[in-house]
Amino acid sequence: MTAAGSETFPGKLIAVEGLDGSGKSTQIHLVHKWLLGKGHRVFFSEWNSSVLVREATRKGKRRQLLTPTTFSLIHATDFADRYERQILPLLRAGYLVLCDRYIFTAFARDAVRGCDRAWLRRMYGFARIPDLTLFFKLPLDVALGRILEGRPQLKFFEAGMDLDLSPDITESFRIFQRRVLDEYLSMVDEFGFTVMDGTQSVHRQQVIVRRLVQERIDLGLFRKRYVQ
Amino acid sequence: MIPKYTYGTALAGVDLSKLSGTLIVIEGPDSSGRSTQITLLAQWLEEQGHAVAQVGLRRSNLVGRELEQAKQGNVLSPRTLGLFYATDFYDQLENGIVPALRAGFVVLADRYIYTLMARAIVRGAEPDWVASVYSMAIVPDAVFYLTASLATLVQRTFQTHSELDYWESGMDCGLSRDWFQSYVRYQRRIRSEFFKMQKKYGFELVNANRTIAAVDRDLRGRIQLVLNRAEALETRRTSRGRAEQHVRTSESPQGAAIRRRRKPEAV
Repeated sequence: MTAAGSETFPGKLIAVEGLDGSGKSTQIHLVHKWLLGKGHRVFFSEWNSSVLVREATRKGKRRQLLTPTTFSLIHATDFADRYERQILPLLRAGYLVLCDRYIFTAFARDAVRGCDRAWLRRMYGFARIPDLTLFFKLPLDVALGRILEGRPQLKFFEAGMDLDLSPDITESFRIFQRRVLDEYLSMVDEFGFTVMDGTQSVHRQQVIVRRLVQERIDLGLFRKRYVQ
Repeated sequence: MIPKYTYGTALAGVDLSKLSGTLIVIEGPDSSGRSTQITLLAQWLEEQGHAVAQVGLRRSNLVGRELEQAKQGNVLSPRTLGLFYATDFYDQLENGIVPALRAGFVVLADRYIYTLMARAIVRGAEPDWVASVYSMAIVPDAVFYLTASLATLVQRTFQTHSELDYWESGMDCGLSRDWFQSYVRYQRRIRSEFFKMQKKYGFELVNANRTIAAVDRDLRGRIQLVLNRAEALETRRTSRGRAEQHVRTSESPQGAAIRRRRKPEAV
């Protein structure tokens, strides 16, 4: 275990961040398809996907046992597991790793829950800062509209109901998302996010995203080498 | 009450000024007699009229079972396992220790963050990172570190278990394929981390090579001092609040200590 940034890897890391409904998953999915089509060494990693920690997280959420601190830690555990088993080895092996949500999701969400911001940054200090972080920004009402019309069954923690913002789950979700957005916006300069206009069409955004990826990353390094 | 602090980072949602209890931590390796001593101390404290809560590592509802599973499979990286332990620790801190302290209990903790930190550091975690993760822990009112020679520990282990424990022998650390050698090396490393931490965190060392009764007497004497300090601060607080009322109960702690029962000494 060495500190973040003290090691250089041949791989590169691209992350997308933004509120639910910001369109980030669609965009990173299209980037993935594009790079696969070009025959590149690319891997797509989803937030919250490791097996072992998942049970505990589910149980904690179902029984509402989690406090802001343990909520944060259980997600950090999950992230560390995925980072060390998957993301880090891939970066070492020279892959282009795409992440739908990264540590900034935790920074935003957990800070809204009252966790200390400096503590969060130190805890996740082992994770490498992405080579490109795309933040999909759009007005809160637009993001809320997309979520609330498509998926009316909000989950307890997702809506920030543990924070007692409002007894009404939809209202709680609105307040929670607004605060998460504020946290994201305060991180734009801190972590050098590239801000995307999430109100534009999917296609127009994707054209911009692909250009940004090409500018930031030498894709030629990620062509598969075939062994004869 | 003794004012409470954390190790540098605020604990979300907890008002430390409301924690009127006393937090006492007993640290030490397996077979150093921690749990025996805690049982004796709990009896003694209750006889003295203190409400006592006992807490120990890896007993939480939240991730206790998953941690056991993870350890059995030995599939998690040291960092992941370290964070898993931290989750478990904070779950117990927030759901066990904090409510007990708020209710004015004397909390006896069977190990605390120091064992977790030492284990993580021995397995390669950066000491600063580990300290940072645990910086929301409440600073105990006293930490007693039971130390015993490896010879004593080994002898006691074989008396009760007939074999060495995989994790207490650090068999996951690749120190040696030989269990006994691995145990010796691992315990030395853990101990050396404890001595490094001792300066920073101010543990009181307690010689656990002695008999159970001797260690018990020693601990009682030291804990009595902590309780006296808490009592003195409480007196000052209440007498400031209502100076006209001189209603104070006055069983001297020393008097109560004399009533302690003698336990037959186990070898």
